[in-house]
Amino acid sequence: MSVTANAHVEGHSDDHGHHHKETFVTKYIFSQDHKMIAKQYLITGLFMGALGILMSILFRMQIAWPGESFGIFEAILGKWAPGGVMDADVYLALVTIHGTLMVFFLLTAGLSGTFSNLLIPLQIGARDMASGFLNMLSFWIFFLACIIMLCSLFVESGPAAAGWTVYPPLSALPMSQPGSGLGMTLWLVSMFFFIVQSLLGSLNYIVTVLNMRTKGMSMTRMPLTVWSFFVTAIIGVVSFPVLLSAALLLIMDRSFGTSFFLSDIFIQGEVLHYQGGSPVLYEHLFWFLGHPEVYIVILPAMGIVSEVLAVNARKPIFGYRAMIASILAIAFLSTIVWGHHMFVSGMNPFLGSVFTFTTLLIAIPSAVKAFNWITTLWKGNIQFNPAMLFSIGMVSTFISGGLTGIILGDSTLDINVHDTYFVVAHFHLVMGISALYGMFAGIYHWFPKMFGRMMNKNLGYVHFWVTAVCSYGVFFPMHFVGMAGVPRRYYENTAFPMFDDLADVQVLMTVFAIVAALVQLVFAFNFIKSMFYGVKATVNPWQATTLEWTTPVEHIHGNWPGAIPQVYRWPYDYSKTHDNGEYIIASQDYVPQNVPLFEGEEELEH
Amino acid sequence: MTALLTIIVLILVGIAIWQMTKIFELSQIGRSNTQIATDTDNKYNGYLMVAFMIFLYGLTIFSFVKYSKTLLPKAASEHGGEYDALMLVSMLVIFFVQIITQFLLHFFAYKYKGKKGKKALFYADNDRLEFIWTIIPVIVLAGLILWGLYAWTNIMDINDDDDPLIIELYAQQFSWTARYAGEDNVLGDANVRMIDIDKANVLGVDNSDPNAMDDIIVKEVHLPVGRKVNFQIRSQDVLHSAYMPHFRAQMNCVPGMITHFSFTPTITTAEMRRDPMVVDKVSNINERRAERAALGEENSDPWEFDYVLLCNKICGKSHYNMQMKIIVETEEEFNEWLASQQRFGDSMAAK
Repeated sequence: MSVTANAHVEGHSDDHGHHHKETFVTKYIFSQDHKMIAKQYLITGLFMGALGILMSILFRMQIAWPGESFGIFEAILGKWAPGGVMDADVYLALVTIHGTLMVFFLLTAGLSGTFSNLLIPLQIGARDMASGFLNMLSFWIFFLACIIMLCSLFVESGPAAAGWTVYPPLSALPMSQPGSGLGMTLWLVSMFFFIVQSLLGSLNYIVTVLNMRTKGMSMTRMPLTVWSFFVTAIIGVVSFPVLLSAALLLIMDRSFGTSFFLSDIFIQGEVLHYQGGSPVLYEHLFWFLGHPEVYIVILPAMGIVSEVLAVNARKPIFGYRAMIASILAIAFLSTIVWGHHMFVSGMNPFLGSVFTFTTLLIAIPSAVKAFNWITTLWKGNIQFNPAMLFSIGMVSTFISGGLTGIILGDSTLDINVHDTYFVVAHFHLVMGISALYGMFAGIYHWFPKMFGRMMNKNLGYVHFWVTAVCSYGVFFPMHFVGMAGVPRRYYENTAFPMFDDLADVQVLMTVFAIVAALVQLVFAFNFIKSMFYGVKATVNPWQATTLEWTTPVEHIHGNWPGAIPQVYRWPYDYSKTHDNGEYIIASQDYVPQNVPLFEGEEELEH
Repeated sequence: MTALLTIIVLILVGIAIWQMTKIFELSQIGRSNTQIATDTDNKYNGYLMVAFMIFLYGLTIFSFVKYSKTLLPKAASEHGGEYDALMLVSMLVIFFVQIITQFLLHFFAYKYKGKKGKKALFYADNDRLEFIWTIIPVIVLAGLILWGLYAWTNIMDINDDDDPLIIELYAQQFSWTARYAGEDNVLGDANVRMIDIDKANVLGVDNSDPNAMDDIIVKEVHLPVGRKVNFQIRSQDVLHSAYMPHFRAQMNCVPGMITHFSFTPTITTAEMRRDPMVVDKVSNINERRAERAALGEENSDPWEFDYVLLCNKICGKSHYNMQMKIIVETEEEFNEWLASQQRFGDSMAAK
């Protein structure tokens, strides 16, 4: 049935002489093959993410049942939970490390690192990344960052605990909290390596996309996944160095007595020498990365979702060019909205006005994307594979979470919900859950490409539906907690009787969170079992048009056994018909990119 | 007890999921096993999409019914009225869009669920449609932006018109202190370098500054109703945030600089305690506290409504309990209270 047009098997001899013998070490550990590096990123990222989720369960239990003694606290936290009651300092540490692990290690490295590595060469028709060595280096630097971050969890004085944004002076002064001692130093060193790996990876992705596209693969024939990875890499290169400078200056303030971020401080009975610095400066530097960072997290998810929606709706993505334009618009705007995190930081209120304006502008391309996704479903022939469910779920959470951005982006309205649970609910839905769904969609969809086997779909269905219900169960009521004025990062809310009537909501959210976390075990089981015992995948299980599905199931270095396929059309020729209503290729509702245009077939100007 | 119950629930949920997957596994035997969605999968997941949409709407309604009464009462400041109006309009816009788009998303997913032999529509582009859904957000957002910016400019325009009361809010790990400017309504100079714990000069007020002599340092903020208050906000150690939710007011406290916020309280504490929503909330909470008291638990005395100042920027171990009471009262009551407080000059002389 499938005319996958492997018309290129003939040219077998060219650039094929470089297959040398691979040892275990070169194949699985210090591999320079982009597919193996992608898997390394994925598994490391998932491991860090699992830790992050576990931490969230611990502190959610503390919020729901404040001061209660739990055996699990004592078992995991040891001396930080004397008698099973969580200590207030370690609560803040858990919140901090949860944020760091989820945002950076899981959703930046685990998501973008995995799928950029896997898909860029495969989808643009390249044998590997521009520099396999740099690629290997970037993974191992990431691994080093992970190890340092994990080490910081075992430090005597505890890990960093100043919130994932590590605002000084709290993060700069060891006497302000125990976590700002060695734990914070390790946090900063770990982030230093993290930034380096991110830059190496990003530069590689950009060069690969620009230089190594196969014949016929013009920029406007690239799948939206590649577009989003490409633009994500550009944002990363623009903004991550600024975080590096913030981290360096903070290290200087901490260790060498400079005063970049500190001034006029009296703590624990003595005046410190710092003079003339400004914590607001740190906030600017941090959010200059920090805001683009949330788009670094969400853009790859958007790209994956666009691709998966089109494949499973058996329809072209609606408004391909508008989708590219909105990715570019979001990327540009994302670098000039950082001030909306700082409306009440003490910065000049006029700046606040400007940032309100740019922030609400970013709602426009986001709205276009949401509407285009919905229209892609319209009159489709939707195949509910697990990846498709997660993609639809992502559109749902992205809308729900994105809409409340209209409130937070408005400097006036931000005044009273700033730093409350309203913010927590907003960003968890719009970038946390949405990006996670994007990642799951990617894993279910490209698992056959990564491991040559299929994931179990029924376990996938259980995973999706329970997760979908629970994540709304956690984060929808949370908006109300925020609107009631409950600040985030409170160890317990019992110090304010006015929050007593919210105790039930907290319990409800925690129960949903625990169930959501448990159901991830189903995913973990499915992932590991399918890796070894899953049903063997066929070459193109989802009947997709893009180039990665023209490579053999068995991985080879260089991706295609013969010549690299040439591209003749855009990636979304699903259900395209001749004028007489017959499919372009008889009885096949898709036309792969490497199939030349047929006689009389029009290549639409999309 | 709750913990035990929860753990039991969780274990049961775990077992349920395990059994469900078992059943799924067993039901697969004998069928073609490609792990690709079949028409049956499409059908059931299509139905589940509708069920999920109902769940989402249900959760929205449930949350509104159950949690609306926990929200903050009406704003107790002049600009707060405008804040609440803007919030209400934005919320209406959001819910309108949310209800429509979630419906379309899940309904399309259900309606166009896949079936063998069905043909999807090759529909790649429609400039007019895309123009429409670009321009509508542009117009709606332009309206919200203009209104928001107008309100923001007014709130943030901190000036000395209308004889404002000048108060300093001073943050430290983990408590608040307030300083009134006294009869001259000018705060004396202060810097952390002048802090002298032995002399109880905890705010570092310059005791050679004549403006400082009549300053009044207190641990509870009293405000006269109807008079504009200009807050000057300082921190001595780390970032804090002065959050007064009932007044729709918040500003960070930044060591090394003075930040500002200004509002005019419009409802006295006594009036607010009689507000129907507050009465309802207080009785709700006191019921719970009575239950706790019956069990002999701590922190269960009956609660009386008060305005509060909370810390809303992570500041360390006791961040969660950094608060100060705010009392809004009539001009006479306020003057009486103020007159009974000790002045900075006197407290220094006493040492």
